[in-house]
Amino acid sequence: MPINENNLIIQNGPHLRDAADAKSLMRWFAVSLIFPVAAGTFFFGFQALLLVAVTAVSAVAAEAAFQRLAKQKVTIDDGSALITGVLLALVLPPTFPLWMAAVGAVFSVVVVKCLFGGLGFNIFNPALAGRAFLMASWPVAMTLWTRPFDSVTTASPLYLARIGENVPGYLDLFLGNRAGSLGETSILMILLAAAFLVWKKVIDWPAPVAFIGTVFLLSFTLGHDPLFHLLTGGVIFGAVFMVTDYVTVPVTTKGRLIFGFGCGLITVLIRFFGGFPEGVNYSILLMNIMTPVIDKYSRPRIYGEKNAKKS
Amino acid sequence: MKSFSRGIHPQDSKERSAAKPIKEALSPRKVILPLQQNLGCPCEPLVKVGDEVSEGEKIADSAAFVSAPIHAPISGRVTEIKYYPNACDYDIPSIVIEATDAVDKVTRPGSRWTLEELAPEQIRKIIREAGLVGLGGAAFPTHVKLAVPKGKTVDTVVVNGCECEPFITSDHRVMVEKAAAIILGARALAKAVGAEKIVVGIESNKLDAYKAVNFEGLKVRGGVSVVQVKTKYPQGGEKMLIKALLDREVPSGGLPSDVGAVVCNVATAAAAAEAVTHGLPLTKRVVTVTGPGIKEPQNLLVKIGTPFAELIEQCGGTVGNVVKLIMGGPMMGIAVPTAQVPVVKATSAILLLTDQEVKVEPEGNCIRCGRCVRSCPIGLTPNFLAEYAKTGNWQGAYDYNVIDCIECGCCGFVCPSRIPLVQYFKLAKNAVRELKLAEKKAVCR
Repeated sequence: MPINENNLIIQNGPHLRDAADAKSLMRWFAVSLIFPVAAGTFFFGFQALLLVAVTAVSAVAAEAAFQRLAKQKVTIDDGSALITGVLLALVLPPTFPLWMAAVGAVFSVVVVKCLFGGLGFNIFNPALAGRAFLMASWPVAMTLWTRPFDSVTTASPLYLARIGENVPGYLDLFLGNRAGSLGETSILMILLAAAFLVWKKVIDWPAPVAFIGTVFLLSFTLGHDPLFHLLTGGVIFGAVFMVTDYVTVPVTTKGRLIFGFGCGLITVLIRFFGGFPEGVNYSILLMNIMTPVIDKYSRPRIYGEKNAKKS
Repeated sequence: MKSFSRGIHPQDSKERSAAKPIKEALSPRKVILPLQQNLGCPCEPLVKVGDEVSEGEKIADSAAFVSAPIHAPISGRVTEIKYYPNACDYDIPSIVIEATDAVDKVTRPGSRWTLEELAPEQIRKIIREAGLVGLGGAAFPTHVKLAVPKGKTVDTVVVNGCECEPFITSDHRVMVEKAAAIILGARALAKAVGAEKIVVGIESNKLDAYKAVNFEGLKVRGGVSVVQVKTKYPQGGEKMLIKALLDREVPSGGLPSDVGAVVCNVATAAAAAEAVTHGLPLTKRVVTVTGPGIKEPQNLLVKIGTPFAELIEQCGGTVGNVVKLIMGGPMMGIAVPTAQVPVVKATSAILLLTDQEVKVEPEGNCIRCGRCVRSCPIGLTPNFLAEYAKTGNWQGAYDYNVIDCIECGCCGFVCPSRIPLVQYFKLAKNAVRELKLAEKKAVCR
């Protein structure tokens, strides 16, 4: 067959591309969320699944509506709004009122993401900023924890530890048989999701490892049970799903290590010296603010760069 | 195994042609020779329309230092000197020679020499007169590399046998089949620059080439080492290879000679041997015709000036819907608009890609995944550079070292948002150069 020269594409190299594109990365990330959603549904029942559905639908609908009104290209097919919606549900109490959750999802997508320019331009992790917004708006509902299976109101393990009460054992904490946010309780399922994401090369290790390592070492140094502090609250969940958010964390390996360390440090400071029993949410949001400056000063050394600083 | 930092691992796709011996292509009836086939300055024709020329005769040259003469690849008559499309898109005329049925006679610019009887200055002159340029793809005139600036000494000639671009196997075959010439050529280059050491770097995916070159290298007692380097793109980049083999870094904005090295490609070394020992000018080279769009991939020994179309035909024609015709490899090759463009000195491969491999995807927003940063062999932050280029922030691009970009395409390969990063950097580099030139002028005033 002769070459049809009218078909020839003139384009700069590289002429071949890696198979992973933005949509496939988002798709695999969304797939990994099935693990914590399944765990939440198992422990907290159908209402948990309903909460996930409500925030997911609200988030996607909010993005579509905003972009339609702003006369922008509707980009809900990139999957990022769906992920934001599901992530928000996963960091809420399982019995959280659905309408409040919907408000949170709309805030996450419209205020935190779309108003900053959409995908790639938001400064804060949308789901975590949405959670902070809900915390400020309905603090009572946001701290109403329930026991798995029977939905009896109880306190979170971190709060129990703070007031010196008995806490669940390591195995229950690991499997997820404890009060807590919908998706954060089952460490097992989160680790399975993490393995999946690493296998699919969606997330990389620096920020999560630095985050978890810092919490572990600082808890130990300050005389607390380091394992307990990893297994409770949102450290593992945040390490796997939040500090791996591309948009709001630094781009360099060094930067991601610094970011993870900062998150660990602030989490520990809040847990041991702050006013809240849990600090993962605010630690990540505070480090999100630091991202541009970390990016600026964590750039790799340039090959052949002279020692003298360029003006 | 030795290597450099970061880089990428694209599928090497060399199995299509790696085991196929070099085959001489049919001599073309007509050759098209663009008057510029190298980095630097174009040539002026030494012939006019109607002249008879013989194979090997010098037909174009330039008085400029950074240039290389062009020789007639076939005997025949000059029928035209006018613009023809060429892969490098130089806006420059081509000399067209049509073969006559007269008996071929070969003109040699020099005679046969042995390395021992030549002085360094003579070697440089022979290599210049043979029209030698870097055959790895950049086509930088070889004699210019050999003219080591005053005050600098070169201790090592690095011979580049990496061939890190996927699909291409021309260097691979040259290493397997012409190992002795490579070593001899490298020794000639070493003598020309006064270097005592020769280091050949070959990627680990070409074991037969390593064995062949190492065998010849061992025959020379001392001074030659043949080293396997990691199979990783862009291992064959000059700076990357110097880092891997010598653990030296070419300073930003500098040349390999700043760190005592001269780098040449294996095919260039082999051509240097032919120039020195047989007095042969550069009129043919090995070209890999390959890709999913070609029926029978091959490594062909091709007369420079042969149109791509003839070689495609000799490889059984195309298969599927070819949508990209590329001179060179898939990473840094140049997409050409027509199969009528001729093979030039820099043509290491002709790659045909079909609509199965090439997807035209719209550019998305940067999602800051950081893959480009983790792939850049130089240590740049392509995501920020692209942002600066898009917004015309040339000072920002300069501060973030865009000038150091080697345009290898790693960032563009891995970018999940399909941002044409290299394209932005080419734009930015030009703009930055202009900006700096303007600043300099302003200071002088």
